[in-house]
Amino acid sequence: MPHWLRNSLLALAALAVAGLALSWRPSIDAAAPPGRQAFAPGLIEQGARLAAVGNCVSCHTASPSSPFAGGRPMETPFGTVYSTNITPDAATGIGAWPEAAFARALREGVARDGSHLYPAFPYDHYTRLTDRDIHALYAYVMTREPVTAPARSNRLVFPLNFRPLLAGWKLLFLDRAPWTPVAGHDDSWNRGAYLSDALGHCSACHSPRNALGAEDRKRYLDGGDAEGWHATALNASSPSPLPWTVDKLAVYLRTGIAPGHAIAGGPMQEVVAGLAHADDADVRAIASYIHATLGADTPERQARAEKSSRMAQQPLAASATAGTVPGAPADPAPATQMAQMALGAQVYAGACARCHDAGREIGSAGALPMPLAIANHVPDARNLLRIVRDGVHPGPNAPGRWMPAFGDTLTDEQLTALAAWLRRQAAGAPPWPDLADTVRKTRTP
Amino acid sequence: MTRLDLSINGRTRQVDADPSTPLLYVLRDDLALNGAKFGCGLGQCGACTVMVGKEAALSCLLPVGLVGARPVTTVEGLGSADKPGVLQQAFIAEQAAQCGYCIAGMIMRAQALLEKTPSPGDADIRRAMALNLCRCGTHMRILRAVRRAADALKQGPQA
Repeated sequence: MPHWLRNSLLALAALAVAGLALSWRPSIDAAAPPGRQAFAPGLIEQGARLAAVGNCVSCHTASPSSPFAGGRPMETPFGTVYSTNITPDAATGIGAWPEAAFARALREGVARDGSHLYPAFPYDHYTRLTDRDIHALYAYVMTREPVTAPARSNRLVFPLNFRPLLAGWKLLFLDRAPWTPVAGHDDSWNRGAYLSDALGHCSACHSPRNALGAEDRKRYLDGGDAEGWHATALNASSPSPLPWTVDKLAVYLRTGIAPGHAIAGGPMQEVVAGLAHADDADVRAIASYIHATLGADTPERQARAEKSSRMAQQPLAASATAGTVPGAPADPAPATQMAQMALGAQVYAGACARCHDAGREIGSAGALPMPLAIANHVPDARNLLRIVRDGVHPGPNAPGRWMPAFGDTLTDEQLTALAAWLRRQAAGAPPWPDLADTVRKTRTP
Repeated sequence: MTRLDLSINGRTRQVDADPSTPLLYVLRDDLALNGAKFGCGLGQCGACTVMVGKEAALSCLLPVGLVGARPVTTVEGLGSADKPGVLQQAFIAEQAAQCGYCIAGMIMRAQALLEKTPSPGDADIRRAMALNLCRCGTHMRILRAVRRAADALKQGPQA
């Protein structure tokens, strides 16, 4: 073996040893499950309210009959991660975890046995939780029904299936600074900021992520991805056709319906289902914080709101063959697109208008006029396509928000035409790029 | 009014209709195919289910102008009272109807399932049929009838 090769190999080995040493975390001794009597009922209740904001149950549940038992697949660009069992089952859950192990998992993303956890578990947020809240959350999860459910094996691309590498990820992206109130803002804003960031982890979906899957904190709440949906921007670049108020946001967060403004779709429905059980003052605090991140009403936003409200009062179907809606682009579409626009108008008039068109709202909760539907205003078509294909269905015990699924009745061509037409006629916005491609890629077999 | 050529139960039928008319109205009012029922008119109940192409579709929501060349199959296309099809026979055998209003939709939803998934598990059947409602509470018999039809189809057309 040549000298240089031996030296490089030795250096590599030394690096690997150093890396492993750096990534090593001690195991924390198992303890007997504390049992329900170990916690005051008030503390468990407080933990329940907090868990509703953190929405732990959503990711940690695969089957509704076994809440918190884990096993739900999370698709990431790096493969599939399965959530784990956080019921107090001693063998397969976290029943043997003392509170110190629970707190370390939330703060550092390290399991009781010392192994690193994948950041699909948003410890980059939970690291800012206060001791008090972690204590209450511990009381809550340790008093759930224990379920025997062994962890499923993740399917991740090499070399990410090697957990010690996560120590490097944390070195780069895990900011373990504790939460501190921001001066210059009132208590409600600060409470909302803490709940939204440290516990609710809103930006986990509503912010873009970098190539290594970490949130881009410079583009905080600038819009991101959530399970195949676009999570809208909640900062100054919010595409909302109507400006939000704190009241509307609070109602939306609690019920999923802001009448005449928006309904929750996709993964946001699960967030809303959780928030229905949160403390009312906490939901209001989140609403006031998000309202602040949305930013001030600029003249441009006011103009957008006026235009959208005006368009919402006119029947879109009447303008069937394009170009006559006030506010829609005045230039005629190129001839090649005219046929598509005509088809889109026909689909809208036949399938959508009888609930969604001005003056014809016959749905149980009042269907949104399309110029006010944010799905037409966001940067890509996925949300609109998913809603049209799959409809909108309330979760168990959730208030009625309902739309039938059109996935089996409309062809891809009809769906593409409808989306293109709505983008132009209802949002007055430039065409979505690669729309036909998005239609193809989002089709579920 | 537009003249439309529709392919229904294997035959080409010509109708004059506004293209935004729901397919259900054309089937019932223009073509006297009264199997599919008007239940809610909002796509919430499934009584109007027919097959469009290979899919079960709610005909109260589908404008007739968007059917195009896709073949439409209604419950009349599966058999008659004298010569019931496999699913129809299974529903009779299980007595899977009380008032019967939902049954044509149930059968068409099940037909689409069995054409796509010839050996469905019980969970597949439940998932597929979940969209169709029966106010009489005959769901358990309906599930058994679909199971029976799936088993019969597996054993061959004579069964």
